Amino acid sequence: MERHEFVTDKIKTALPEAIEDIYDFRDERTLIVRADQLKAVCLMLRDDPELAFNFLSDISADDYLPQFPRFAVNYHLYSIPQNHRLRLRVWVEDPDEGPETMKDVWPIATWLEMEVWDLMGVRFAGNTALRRLFLPEDWQGHPLRKDYPLGYEEVQFSFNWEEIDSRKPYAKD
Amino acid sequence: MAMMPTASDTVQELSVEELRAKMGTGMEILDPEEHMLLSMGPQHPSTHGVLRLLVELDGETVVNLAPDIGFLHTGVEKNMESKTYTKALVMTDRMDYLSPMSNNLGYILAVEKLLGVEATPRAQVIRVILTELARIASHLVWLGTHALDLAAMSVFLYCFREREYILDIFEMVAGQRMMVSYFRPGGLWRDLPDEFEPAVRNFLDFFPARIGDYEALLKNNPIWVERTKGVGVVSAEDAVAWGLTGPSLRGSGVNWDIRKTQPYCGYEDYTFDVPVAEEGDVYARYRCRIQEFWESMSIIEQALNRLPKGPINIDDRKIVPPPRSELGHSMEAVIHHFKLWTEGFSAPEGYVYQSIESPRGEFACYLRGNGTSKPARVHFRAPSYVNLASLPQMAKNSFVADLVAMIGSIDIVLGEIDR
Repeated sequence: MERHEFVTDKIKTALPEAIEDIYDFRDERTLIVRADQLKAVCLMLRDDPELAFNFLSDISADDYLPQFPRFAVNYHLYSIPQNHRLRLRVWVEDPDEGPETMKDVWPIATWLEMEVWDLMGVRFAGNTALRRLFLPEDWQGHPLRKDYPLGYEEVQFSFNWEEIDSRKPYAKD
Repeated sequence: MAMMPTASDTVQELSVEELRAKMGTGMEILDPEEHMLLSMGPQHPSTHGVLRLLVELDGETVVNLAPDIGFLHTGVEKNMESKTYTKALVMTDRMDYLSPMSNNLGYILAVEKLLGVEATPRAQVIRVILTELARIASHLVWLGTHALDLAAMSVFLYCFREREYILDIFEMVAGQRMMVSYFRPGGLWRDLPDEFEPAVRNFLDFFPARIGDYEALLKNNPIWVERTKGVGVVSAEDAVAWGLTGPSLRGSGVNWDIRKTQPYCGYEDYTFDVPVAEEGDVYARYRCRIQEFWESMSIIEQALNRLPKGPINIDDRKIVPPPRSELGHSMEAVIHHFKLWTEGFSAPEGYVYQSIESPRGEFACYLRGNGTSKPARVHFRAPSYVNLASLPQMAKNSFVADLVAMIGSIDIVLGEIDR
């Protein structure tokens, strides 16, 4: 916990506007960061030798339907030299104009952001590589969203192929 | 409108633009006139599953490469949101199907962290033994298939023989060779059978000689050394920047093992070394994994020697279902049994992130509870998925034949990548 306080204080001193809120749960600290300050916070976390968060473990997104803002993106950071974990969280109001990409800070972010885009549909500004990764190119929707139903696809048979096809939702020509 | 697929669909000649759009990897093709585009996989034996690589070749040299994944996507994370915490466990086995015990552990530890409970000492030691056995079994598959890719056939047969012995042990404890689902929230499914300890001790007795066999076949084999030394070199900085974990990271000289730095299940009480190699090539990663055989065996032996007696489950009937024997005479037990197997237990609101050292690297589970009995969000940090991202950097300007060695050396499992 001391380490958590140390890191939080350091950011607060350098970037007083950046942290919106702090969330502690089961000895894990989450800093809820303002989206426009995210990159500054990340750069500081990585470059300050006393913090040295040189490793981006994971990026994951949450859907809080029906709340507003609906989406949250979590960055799980780890500092190999300092053996310390920290989570940054950004609220996303508009998924098409999501947070800035972190590819300049940690190159692996390009790849992790692709997964978030494909499955949760949150875009990352500046990441030009976003594409369908797990799902087919013409897939509609983002399955991890809460308003995306599980399964129940109508089955097409040869005798009613066209009838069901006409009302089936997918990308058509 | 999609037409019903017919048998008369023919292969068409495609322009580069169409090819690129179809291939769906978004890869920049540097010189479409001179270079050759090769689609490697998904049905390629050395891609270890259904991985497809789009490779741009200048002669035999890889100029550019993009992985295309998703052939095994089954929506594990979405599916888990509609199951109770206990029932969602079976999905985790099916991700990294070569070490299901590690997946179970990562998920179960996250659930326990969310609930704020800790497993009993006996359960923790059993978890350590089984995950280390899973590490050996997983590395055996890696060694066998990796050697097979580089044309050493017999190693594959030997490795699978030993792996089968470990899978027999899993079947003995969990009733299943691979899809074990043996670790449960708050403890284990059942206690160990009596035959378990002799079987594991027998394994510890004969396995060192078997490692000697593999070493005799490969370690100084000139073909093996030629194919692996100096191939696919990753510097320490690149390895960290590209998120490599596990033996793939330690092969580049970064000493980071989650069992040491952020121990779970009582790993801090065991004495073991973390094998690190400096070279960062395929051979270095091979050395790291071989050394991990010895370390895992040492951990298993220490764990067997200290295996404490006692309960395997925590004493909380709101989380762990009552034993079968109580159902006949206790109404309370029947109610608990019914509630836990229909509704399940509720987890508090909040989110946790629990990472463990799986055979492939940092396997982590991000879990968000919302006060109900089903998780609001489950996300897995699959080490294979992240490790795969470094392949394009690793393979640039190497021979296409070495690509096979590199894929083998980062030890990917497609079930875990696609989830």
